[in-house]
Amino acid sequence: MPVRLPFRPRRDAYPPDLWTKCPGCSEMLFNKQLDKTMRVCPHCSHHFRISARTRIEQLIDAGTFVERDADLQPVDSLGFVDSKPYADRLVAAQLSTGLRDAAIWGIGQLDGRRVSICAMDFWFMGGSMGSVVGEKIARAGEAALAERIPLIIVSSSGGARMQEGTYSLMQLAKTMGVVERIKAARIPYISILTDPTTGGTFASFAVVGDVNIAEPNALIRFAGDRVSAGTIGEELPPGYARAEFWVSHGFVDRIVPRAKLRDEIATLLSFLVAPATALEPPPPTGFSPRSFLSALTGALTGEGSGSMGQTANGAPGASTNGNGSLNGNGTSNGTGESSGDGSGAANQGEASRG
Amino acid sequence: MVDRLLGRAHPEPSQPASPTAAVWAHVQQARNLKRPHTLELLKFMAEEFVELHGDRVFGDDSAIVAGLAKISGRRIAVIGFQKGQDTEENIRRNFGLPHPEGYRKANRIMDLAERFGMPVLTFVDVQGAFPGAAAEERGIAEAIATSIGIMTRLRTPIVVVITGEGGSGGALGLAVGDCVLALENSIYAVISPEGCATILWRSAEQSQQAAVAMKVTAGEQHELGIVDEVIPEPGAGAHTDTAETARRIRDAVNARLDVLTKLSLDELVEARFNRYRAYGPYTVADRPAAPAERPGLGDKLRGLLPGRPSVPQMLGTRRNGQPGRGEE
Repeated sequence: MPVRLPFRPRRDAYPPDLWTKCPGCSEMLFNKQLDKTMRVCPHCSHHFRISARTRIEQLIDAGTFVERDADLQPVDSLGFVDSKPYADRLVAAQLSTGLRDAAIWGIGQLDGRRVSICAMDFWFMGGSMGSVVGEKIARAGEAALAERIPLIIVSSSGGARMQEGTYSLMQLAKTMGVVERIKAARIPYISILTDPTTGGTFASFAVVGDVNIAEPNALIRFAGDRVSAGTIGEELPPGYARAEFWVSHGFVDRIVPRAKLRDEIATLLSFLVAPATALEPPPPTGFSPRSFLSALTGALTGEGSGSMGQTANGAPGASTNGNGSLNGNGTSNGTGESSGDGSGAANQGEASRG
Repeated sequence: MVDRLLGRAHPEPSQPASPTAAVWAHVQQARNLKRPHTLELLKFMAEEFVELHGDRVFGDDSAIVAGLAKISGRRIAVIGFQKGQDTEENIRRNFGLPHPEGYRKANRIMDLAERFGMPVLTFVDVQGAFPGAAAEERGIAEAIATSIGIMTRLRTPIVVVITGEGGSGGALGLAVGDCVLALENSIYAVISPEGCATILWRSAEQSQQAAVAMKVTAGEQHELGIVDEVIPEPGAGAHTDTAETARRIRDAVNARLDVLTKLSLDELVEARFNRYRAYGPYTVADRPAAPAERPGLGDKLRGLLPGRPSVPQMLGTRRNGQPGRGEE
């Protein structure tokens, strides 16, 4: 057994988590500095992977995020064992990340607008989608549907979780079913694809956003390198299937650097959510203090006397009233055709659901 | 590669010794080159079949066939994967590995079925979507996601029959339905056993173990509730008697459609949505989530200083991932 000296050699004098070497430009970066730049290399703008919590902190207004369903716990339904049992992998991942599974979802405000958001965490078993992740995405979608607020999903995932077998595969259908309902209800869904978004995650909810936004240089792919090489012996060049590739092939709308992501989403939502719908209360299922407050806030900030009128009219819940308020809205707001059309669409959607 | 895609690498198994070997024999049976595919089955099942081609966007995918059939007098839109039965046909059919065009053609036929009031029947036998550049850049992921999405809300009955390999998203792209039937020797998995082994064991050698671990056989999938009914195969397997296999599938499909066509479309779509909404077991924990990895003494001391980044952020520098590529 080697003799252990009471001091460390100079080379190791710094704890390993003080510095990070940038894989893009090999620059040594001071972690505190890196955190200030949202974990983007200031030299080459390499975007480091970030945890789901950090992501939500970056996107959602401070203090407004309320996490939901943090207590969902994955189950080893198959008794899966590869080099380690799945149950052990789960515990290890839970200990190292402090999460129960690879996604967090909740409701918060993005630039003052209430949104339902789900972020995936690559550090938890490669962000793979098992039953819990699928469930959380579905619930985030259903909350967006019930409250008629925008849905934002930040993907960072290697794909379906093999350890849960076909149950993981079924999460593709589960999440797509909810996304289809969101689309039918005309609720905006913004998909953020970050490094990496591959496999079943890419081939389900991540690729079908109303707007798909990717982070610079994110790896986005359906078939992984090893699977591709193993099945058809095709080797692809490095840099293949990065975010820029998907913009030029027409599957991603925009590449947005991390520092601008929040503002960009806010801008998009300002187009996709008609002014009245943004402050509209959920369907009239009874008194809800939150919607009342948000309507009140809207009225106080002067964003539309129309929206207040809408609340008053909408309360009885009859569809004729809804139409009446729509007309009133269109004329009193006077913000042009698009806003009138938008709120009309929202009202129709509500009427048909009710 | 050709050998494996053709299922030729492993000859007919004699009595398998271990459970692993039994499962692997089952996988080989599901991949048997002579196993009947969509067109062969339709020859026996359908009185009439008119194949329709093309996705109206890019081209026609030969690995997925689609068309209109009359089965026991009922008009049905049929979509299925088509592998070849010999090398020549396999080259023409891209070894049954579909490109995005295939799913887009399928969606076009589903739309026809919905508008003209025909139920949809799909045959699933695919190792996975084509994993090469051509499929990737034309949006195989988008094609599969869209197809899954359409099938979750299609307003007409959908019956899925897994006839051979049900592999990954490529299979699910045509396998969302009101009921899912499977031939006895078929398999269904989230990824091919080879793919799973390459990722989790980092070597394709462990494919057999992967097949066992994922519980791929039709019977096991039936126990998990993914498959509603296992259709027994005649004799030594479907490839020995295509006519009888086709007859059994036809009877099972007819029985299902008799029930499904009686439901209202609203009920049908709602039940299908709920079916897929419910998949995947989880529990609700009563204790709070485990704290993140406990920091060492040095970290604790540094924690007393102001401005220290929180622990999850620090974890950003550590890699404990599994499938992905090494980075950072």
